[in-house]
Amino acid sequence: MLQTVLEPGTAENTALFRETYLAAYRFMLLARLLDDKFAALWRSGRIHGGVFLGRGQEALSAAAGVSLKKGDVFAPLIRDAAGRLAFGETVLDAARTYLGSALGPMRGRDGNVHRGKPKEGYLPMISHLGAMISVVNGILLARRFKKIPGTVGVASVGDGATSTGAFHEALNQAAVEKLPLVLIVANNQYAYSTPTSRQFACRDLADKAVGYGVEAGSVDGTDLDACLKTVGRAVARARAGRGPQMVVATLLRLCGHGEHDDAGYIDPKLKKTPAGRDCLKVAEEHLLRQKWAESATLTAWRSEAIHEIEQVIAQVQREPAPDPFAEEWRAISSKQLSETHDESEN
Amino acid sequence: MSVTYLEAIREAQAHALRDDPRVFIYGQDVGVFGGAHKATKNLAREFPGRVLDSPISEDAIMGLAVGAAIEGLRPIVEMQFADFSTVGFNQIVNQAATLFWRTNVPCPVTVRLPFGGTSGSGPFHSQCMETVYAHYPGLIVLTPATVEDAYSMLLEAVAIDDPVIFCEHKFLYYHLKAEKLPSEALPVGKARIAREGRDMTVVTYSAMVHEALEAAKELAPEGWEVEVVDLRSVKPMDTDTVMASVARTGRLLCVGEAWSWGGVTAEIIARVTSEGYGLLDAPPQRLNAKDTPVPYHPNLWAAHRPTARAIAAAARKLLRL
Repeated sequence: MLQTVLEPGTAENTALFRETYLAAYRFMLLARLLDDKFAALWRSGRIHGGVFLGRGQEALSAAAGVSLKKGDVFAPLIRDAAGRLAFGETVLDAARTYLGSALGPMRGRDGNVHRGKPKEGYLPMISHLGAMISVVNGILLARRFKKIPGTVGVASVGDGATSTGAFHEALNQAAVEKLPLVLIVANNQYAYSTPTSRQFACRDLADKAVGYGVEAGSVDGTDLDACLKTVGRAVARARAGRGPQMVVATLLRLCGHGEHDDAGYIDPKLKKTPAGRDCLKVAEEHLLRQKWAESATLTAWRSEAIHEIEQVIAQVQREPAPDPFAEEWRAISSKQLSETHDESEN
Repeated sequence: MSVTYLEAIREAQAHALRDDPRVFIYGQDVGVFGGAHKATKNLAREFPGRVLDSPISEDAIMGLAVGAAIEGLRPIVEMQFADFSTVGFNQIVNQAATLFWRTNVPCPVTVRLPFGGTSGSGPFHSQCMETVYAHYPGLIVLTPATVEDAYSMLLEAVAIDDPVIFCEHKFLYYHLKAEKLPSEALPVGKARIAREGRDMTVVTYSAMVHEALEAAKELAPEGWEVEVVDLRSVKPMDTDTVMASVARTGRLLCVGEAWSWGGVTAEIIARVTSEGYGLLDAPPQRLNAKDTPVPYHPNLWAAHRPTARAIAAAARKLLRL
């Protein structure tokens, strides 16, 4: 990947880039179909709590996931189904969390997009925006302590999170420590219902990076080709020791904040702008135009993905739900210091 | 040779840094400067690269500590003043405190909070935060009252696999001295009988232990024998030791420097009345700081928080009930 993005000219690198593109596209497709399935399950009342889709953000998210390698760190946000899959999450773990299976990584204790495996560098987001960035910083600093070289950490946020104190503190912290952090900002034009005009007053969010002494790049978030190159370059720079990098992608959220939200506030004119394009369609057209895939292949991939998702959902629906009577109601790992025993004795 | 409460905290950190390569210290001015209170004096020099100055970013300080803990390190965070931990509150209660429950991955972070009133410090350098943090599941809240406990409990805090809020009282930093550092100690989670007595029980913690001991001394010539229980840790709370004391004395006065509303003193009374109602010969009482911000002027400050005199007065009232 590193060579590909830095020297895209050679034939070998063109082949490598094509492979990366195809892999990223398939994660985008799988994520879109998985999201659609979760939405359908939510509408039929089979998912408890919220469902949050990444529709329109798959190209950027997948680019983040495929740019990372094993041992790297990824702190996704709510619209990162594609990036999660590309980083190594299984459809099974995603489904188990959404459907509340006791066998999932969160065991019904947390749900939907709040899932991860911290020991594998895959961080489970909390709901407070910008809060995961400094946690990524901590892992990166720890790797430096332990003299483990070459780690890159990606934290994913939206335009709304750029207004938080946590964002400011963490980006400044990463810059001070020169950490290999890549901060990916998906400017999807709305933070829940709030348009960017009520969120920030700078010309371009990438301008903010200058104030932190951080390198930044802007990218069309609907274009997988551009996303792979820009994110890949940022990851390569961070890995090469050039300190934190910021990538700001312009795109449009093609769904509500969650499935409970009809997104009636989205300006219809935005949908006709380049940012309003569907990145999945853009990628498909690119594949066909480049003759990297045929139409029949795309159809086959779609069927394959649907088949995998259906199989997994069918399996998870048969799995046990968490049992409140078997649950160990203990919030700390030190058993002897837990107060929970008071309740069970009463 | 004697050692102060503050020196004990410094020594405990030096000990932890020496013994455990996973330990590092992160906070504002903790590096070469040695910390606003000098609790990390010389540590940056003794342990190069492991005592790091942070930007003034309490949120990011705590977030970074959580990340490092996930990666297997043992961060000690110094919040310059407990009051400022409110800026990092989100990372403490939502990130650190929920991690184990959500993911089964422990979060061994020690957060040192220099807390409590000293004369002239005013509303934003005097607060007691133990109640606030004890409210949240997933946190352990320690409140050492002695030099020995400051040392042994801080060492234990670093060894605990969970986030520990270590409330070190600034009033005790220089006031309190011991002959030497302890070689053994009560474990975290066990309260201590600081003074024995048969007429009533005062349950308290941190700096108020010393005010309560003063009050007990004042009451002795009047014929009252007051037992003082030092909780040592407010969460977990050693209810057994408190109940056993109340069983002996029949009277309970809880004292805290924090505000009263929903606080540690309220929790003790709730536990004793619900589990040991029959042990009480009189309604349990409590004494806390007044329900206002902490005042600056020494006249106001002395009247705002419980003192030995106020505790003695409350005790006399309870003893007559």
